[in-house]
Amino acid sequence: MSVISAELASHRFAAGLAAGQLDRLAAIATSIEVPAGTRLFEEGGHAASVWLIRTGRIALDLHVPGRDRLIVETLGPGDELGLSWLRPAARWQFGAIAQVTASAFELSSAKLTGLCDSDHELGYQLTRRLLGTAIDRLQAARIRILDLYASPSAAVGGL
Amino acid sequence: MTDCRLPVRYRVSSRVEETHDTVTITLEPADDPIAAFRPGQFMMLYSFGVGEIPISVSGPPGQPSLTHTIRSVGAVSASLCAAQPGQVVGVRGPFGTSWDDADSPGGDLLLVAGGIGLAPLRPALLSALAQPGRYRRIILLAGARSPAELVFAAEYGRWRDSGAEVGITVDRADASWPGQVGVVTQLIGQAHLDPLLTAALICGPEVMMRITARSLTAAGLPAASIWISLERNMQCGTAECGHCQLGPLLLCRDGPVVNFKIAEPLLAVKEL
Repeated sequence: MSVISAELASHRFAAGLAAGQLDRLAAIATSIEVPAGTRLFEEGGHAASVWLIRTGRIALDLHVPGRDRLIVETLGPGDELGLSWLRPAARWQFGAIAQVTASAFELSSAKLTGLCDSDHELGYQLTRRLLGTAIDRLQAARIRILDLYASPSAAVGGL
Repeated sequence: MTDCRLPVRYRVSSRVEETHDTVTITLEPADDPIAAFRPGQFMMLYSFGVGEIPISVSGPPGQPSLTHTIRSVGAVSASLCAAQPGQVVGVRGPFGTSWDDADSPGGDLLLVAGGIGLAPLRPALLSALAQPGRYRRIILLAGARSPAELVFAAEYGRWRDSGAEVGITVDRADASWPGQVGVVTQLIGQAHLDPLLTAALICGPEVMMRITARSLTAAGLPAASIWISLERNMQCGTAECGHCQLGPLLLCRDGPVVNFKIAEPLLAVKEL
């Protein structure tokens, strides 16, 4: 098992993969550091990577004319950054910037797709994980849409 | 001993604006003080000539003064929020159950707050911080609508310095916000909980508490290790009028703090 395989095994995304699967995934992974303030990608750009965040925090943001950038969500250790390449357009829906210095494993979406195409068992495992992440994000977004804290009747501190 | 059916006069001694619609007032007894409260309990606060509402205590226990954090959402709460130092209000209580049942010395204490739900948890947090070594870890996870709507924001640094692990997230923010953005449940995974050694106290909007409690049980916490603070239409405070009924519970007496093992099936009944 390579150094990256061993480190990758501790990431939530890779948890439970067999040693051989980890090695194949590690072979296309690059360990990177992202200094605070570094922009990883801009909204509308070509989506060609996924990052498995190990440390730090990345903010997904959106430019709104006439206003400061809005932060859509922040992602941290154990999270995956960058799912837009899964859709045919392969365009980033949001931008991403390191809010604090972060480290991550970067994987090329083309290589990852190729790996999944050539090894369907690994592809199944990774697809399940990506789907789980998408569901978690969808559910979190739905909860935020409810704007729970704004509901006066639900305010515990007073009526 | 005061009669908890009659309001005792308290005088507003200080008033702090927490957010655009939320105020913290401190009250000093103008008559014989009411009995000491336990963290999590509530008082019926009476704005004379306007009305009476239940408000949890947000200040530290063991003091003659009472601290309440009130969100202006109706006529009575607006009147209490507008109360200036020197003004007299009526106080009945303390009423209901407390966070004391969740006390787990030697274990980890997790507090999860949504919005102004941090107010009823603050006495438990302050009490825990005042007893160094009582808990292995003290973890506060709090969510709010936006950075401007975080209550007690000036105290987070002090709580961290006192040993608490404090995680804050907001639903929406612009680029000037250096912290996390997302739902409060997303902080749970980052807290690296020891599920069998953790007692969890949750307070916030009911849906938020339900979702948070489910996230915690999914993380391995037994339902019996989770407590939530429920609110219904509390009026008498003495379990006589029945307005605050939730199934078999009268929340002014059997709540507001209820174990999730008891509360979970009741929260699933729509008519309740």
